[in-house]
Amino acid sequence: MNHTSEEELFAYREGEMKGREAIAAHLHECTECRAEFARIEEVFQALNTMPVPDPGEEYGTKVWRQIADRLPERRVSRWQGLFVPRRLLALGAAAALLALAFWVGRISKPTTGGGDIADAGKVRERVLVVAVGEHLGKSEMVLMELSNAQPADSGKKLINISTEQKRAENLVEENRLYRQTAVSSGDNAMVSTLDELERVLLDVANSPDEVTPAQFETIQKRIAAQGILLKVRVVQQELRAESEGRKTAPAQDNLTPKARNKA
Amino acid sequence: MAEAFGGYDAGGITDADAIARTLGGEREAYRVLVERHSNYVYRLAYRMTGNSHDAEEIVQEAFLRGYQKLQQFAGNANFGTWVYRIAANYAIDRLRQRKNDESRRESPSKPAEGELEVDPLSRLKDPAPSPERLANSAQLAEKMKEALQALTPAERTAIVMRHWDGCAIEEIAAVLKSNSSAAKNTVFRAVQKLRLALKPFAEHRGAAKAVGNES
Repeated sequence: MNHTSEEELFAYREGEMKGREAIAAHLHECTECRAEFARIEEVFQALNTMPVPDPGEEYGTKVWRQIADRLPERRVSRWQGLFVPRRLLALGAAAALLALAFWVGRISKPTTGGGDIADAGKVRERVLVVAVGEHLGKSEMVLMELSNAQPADSGKKLINISTEQKRAENLVEENRLYRQTAVSSGDNAMVSTLDELERVLLDVANSPDEVTPAQFETIQKRIAAQGILLKVRVVQQELRAESEGRKTAPAQDNLTPKARNKA
Repeated sequence: MAEAFGGYDAGGITDADAIARTLGGEREAYRVLVERHSNYVYRLAYRMTGNSHDAEEIVQEAFLRGYQKLQQFAGNANFGTWVYRIAANYAIDRLRQRKNDESRRESPSKPAEGELEVDPLSRLKDPAPSPERLANSAQLAEKMKEALQALTPAERTAIVMRHWDGCAIEEIAAVLKSNSSAAKNTVFRAVQKLRLALKPFAEHRGAAKAVGNES
């Protein structure tokens, strides 16, 4: 076989399959071509000697500072803003429950005369009561975990609250949906509780994922100062009683939001 | 530790999530992408330009363009690769523009642009220093830097993308706006020129290695 050309050796190095075996066999036998191949390889090795200065770990932050002011605000509709994966998950769960509530209301069979509308409303409200009750239960859990944690004993410089933070983020989205529903149904007491809950959840959601013991204590104090845990528990109890009351005395159902407003 | 800023946890948020949030109007979410991919883009830009000042400008411009074109970003691609390509495109345009400006300023006795591409090594300060001198790795690095500067913008882009970043020939072709065969030839031409520029050193070492293998 003739000597291998520079281009063929380069293609061989690049992993090209055409004539690969023949070139490999030739390289095995031919000192001259092997030396030529080694010289090509030296070029690639020499390329690696060219240093690239390390811009540092904070370089990305520096770039952000340099360009942030030059990034125009994106104009998006309110609906577009909702189509963000994180929100979609939270909203999906809440919206599914709301949809279920309305669907159950629609398919409820009429019993007598004007009773069908009243029955559909009752079923719809029952599903909503269960959904809001679950939401409050989940919120209570997050806030309780934060309130009961004892960072002083942990001996750590930073406390990781990323799990609670993520859960709070999702709950904020759900909370908004339920609050809007409560607003449209005129349940002012529920609106007020969900409103306060939202503020506390937002505080947690917007905290860094790792906080100092002092920051953690501030979060705990904020939860305690609002008395939100107690309010959430009271509403939960009311909803539970309401739900049980529906099973035993359905005729009084439609009075419940008003009664709660009074309370 | 994951860095948190403005409610965003850079360690916990995925590129896809950051893109979706940015498109949803949360400008701050773009910061995650900038912080995550800047160093990678910087390395490409530095190798293409050979200096920090130009490299930093390319990085900034790449992320600005990325933000403006984010709507066009195909979700199935990798954001890092996408912004890398934007940087490579911008860098090659910039190098070409600079070369054209330099050509215009140079005296008429200089070769035309096409001729420059055939023999850029004529621009090297010292085309054939002794092997002893080149044996020093710092000098070799300096020599390599000069040799890279002497390549055409297309050749430099091709060799940087291929050798350092392991890009596929098709990706290089997309940046060079050519076909795969032409892109492959461009890489080969770049290697040929670098080899010529480093000939004394490479031959000295390569021959020694070949002899060593033989014995």
